[in-house]
Amino acid sequence: MREIVVVSGKGGTGKTSLSASFSYLEGQNALACDCDVDAANMHLLLEANFKNQEDFYSGEVAIINEELCKNCGKCATVCRFDAIHLINGQYKVDPISCEGCHYCSHICKPNAIDMITQKAGDIYTSNIKNNTKMVHAKLGFGAENSGKLVAKVKQNAKIMALNGDIKYVITDGSPGIGCPVISSLSGANLVVLVTEATITGLHDLQRVQKLVKTFNLKAVCIINKYDLNKKMSEQIEAYLKEEDIKVVGKLPYDETFTKALAQAQTIIEYDKNSVLANLIQDSWKEIKNEVIQ
Amino acid sequence: MKITIASGKGGTGKTTISTNLTSYIASQGNKIVLADLDVEEPNSALFLKADLKKTTISNKMVPRWEQKSCTLCGKCAKLCNFNAIVAMPTEILVFPELCHSCYACSELCPTNSLPMTSQRIGEIKEFKAKDFPFIEGRLDLGQEMAVPLISQTIKYTQENYPKYIKIFDAPPGTSCPVIEASRNSNFVILITEATPFGLNDLTLAVETMRILDQNFGVIINRHGIGNASVEEYCLKENIPIITKVKNDKEVAKLYSKGELIYNKIDHFKNSLDEIVSFIGDIK
Repeated sequence: MREIVVVSGKGGTGKTSLSASFSYLEGQNALACDCDVDAANMHLLLEANFKNQEDFYSGEVAIINEELCKNCGKCATVCRFDAIHLINGQYKVDPISCEGCHYCSHICKPNAIDMITQKAGDIYTSNIKNNTKMVHAKLGFGAENSGKLVAKVKQNAKIMALNGDIKYVITDGSPGIGCPVISSLSGANLVVLVTEATITGLHDLQRVQKLVKTFNLKAVCIINKYDLNKKMSEQIEAYLKEEDIKVVGKLPYDETFTKALAQAQTIIEYDKNSVLANLIQDSWKEIKNEVIQ
Repeated sequence: MKITIASGKGGTGKTTISTNLTSYIASQGNKIVLADLDVEEPNSALFLKADLKKTTISNKMVPRWEQKSCTLCGKCAKLCNFNAIVAMPTEILVFPELCHSCYACSELCPTNSLPMTSQRIGEIKEFKAKDFPFIEGRLDLGQEMAVPLISQTIKYTQENYPKYIKIFDAPPGTSCPVIEASRNSNFVILITEATPFGLNDLTLAVETMRILDQNFGVIINRHGIGNASVEEYCLKENIPIITKVKNDKEVAKLYSKGELIYNKIDHFKNSLDEIVSFIGDIK
C-alpha cells in the first residue's frame, strides 16, 4: 500500500478535481481519502453514498452546575480565553470560546464545573464510482481538532487499504500550512503539489514545500493554468528545479474543470478524449512511477 | 465598521475582493485599513506593492521547565489536557507547539517550576499601501495554531486604527480560524462560486455564521460558469446576494501577475460599486 497525498497551500488550484480524477482512473486499485475535513468536497465528484457513519469525539467544554456554584468568580479569573462571564448574577461558560483546558474545573472549590467531551465530527466510509471506496469526514461546528480528525480519517483509510490489499490510498489534503496540513502529510509515500501559474500560486507553493521538506517527504508537482501567465509558470519551474521536484504535469487554463464540476463529474468522465483528460492520465502514470521508485 | 471577507472553499476570490475593495474605497478618500488574517498563507501583500513600515514579533506564552526547584511530582503532566507536557522519571518535557497557553500547569505547580515565557509564533507586519494602511499576520512555518496570531492581528488593527473602516481577509474553511476572524465583525461577506463545491462549502459557512448569530451576505464570483444552484440556495434561504462578479479570463490574467483589477476592468468595478452601496446600507 502506498499513500499519495495531494496538497496545494492555496485553495482553488484544482487539487480536489485532480485527486478525484486519479481515484476514478485507478478504480478498485485505489482508495480515496478526503483530508480536507474543513471543506470536504471530494465526495461530490465521486458519488459517495455515506454508507457507514462513526462519531468522532475530541476536545472538551466546561459547563457550570448552577446548583453547586457559589459564584465566587475564581473560574473567570483563571480563564485565559475569556470564556466565563457573569450574566444576571450567574457565571456561565461561552462554549465557543472555551478551549477545554480544565483549569477552571481543577480550581473550582465546590466542584461545580464539569468537562463534557464534544462530538467534533462524523467519519464516513462510502462506496463510490468505479467500484471503489472512500473515507471522508465532516467537521462539527467550531470543533478545533481538525488535525486529529484528519489523522483518524487517514488511519481508517490505511487500515482499510491494507486489509483489502489495495495498492494506493489517494489523499486529498487540506490547504494552508497549519495543524490539518501537517497531519495530512504525515507518513505520505509521495506528495503531489498542485499549484497554478499565478503570483499567489508560487508564494503558497514555496511555503507548503518548506513544510514538506521538514518532513523529508518526496514530492512532485502539477502546474495548473500554466498558460495563464507563462512567465510565472517559468518562475515556478525554476523554483521546482532548485528544489529538485519533478514536474509531472502542466495543464492549460481550461473551463472544463468547472464544467465537469458543475455536472458533479470527474474530468475523465466528462470527456474522456479531451486534451485535459489525456494530460491528467499522463500525470497519473508519472506519479505512479515516482511512487514506486 | 468591521467587515470580514470569508469563504468556505479556498480559491474563490477572497483576496481579490479584499484588496480591490479596500483600494477602491480608499481611493475615494475614505479612511480604511485592510488586515490579512489568512496567516497560514497570507497573499494580500502580493497585490498591494506596499512599503513595510513596522514588524512586530508575535508570541504566545508557554511554560519553561526549571529543573532546580522541580520535585518531579508530575502534577503538570496530569493537568495538561493537550499532551504538551510529559513527565519523565528524571525530567519534564514541554512541547510548545501543542501548548494552548492556559497557564494551568504554571500556576498550579506547587514549586513554581514552570514559569511562562514567550515563544515566537509569527509576525505582524504593518505596511503603507498607496493610500491606506495594510496589516498582515504571518504564521511561522511549523507552527500549528493560527488562532492566537489571528486574534493578535485583529487587536493590533483595532488599537492602531480605531476610527477606520476595517476589512478583514479571513482564512478559508469553517473551523476555529474563520470563527476567530468573523465573530466580532459587524458583517461577513461570504464569497463563493456557482459550482457544487462552492455550494457545499457555502452551506457549511452559512451554518457557521448562523450559529455565531452573525449578519452575512454572499458574493458569487466567476458568475456565468457553473450552474444555478448557489443562486437558488440563497433565494431559498433568504440570503442577500451582494453582487455577481462575471467570469472573465482577463481578471484571472491580471490576478496571476499580482495586479489590481478594478481600475482596468469595468464590470469588475461595477461589482465593487454594488458592494460599496450594500455596505453603505449596513447599520
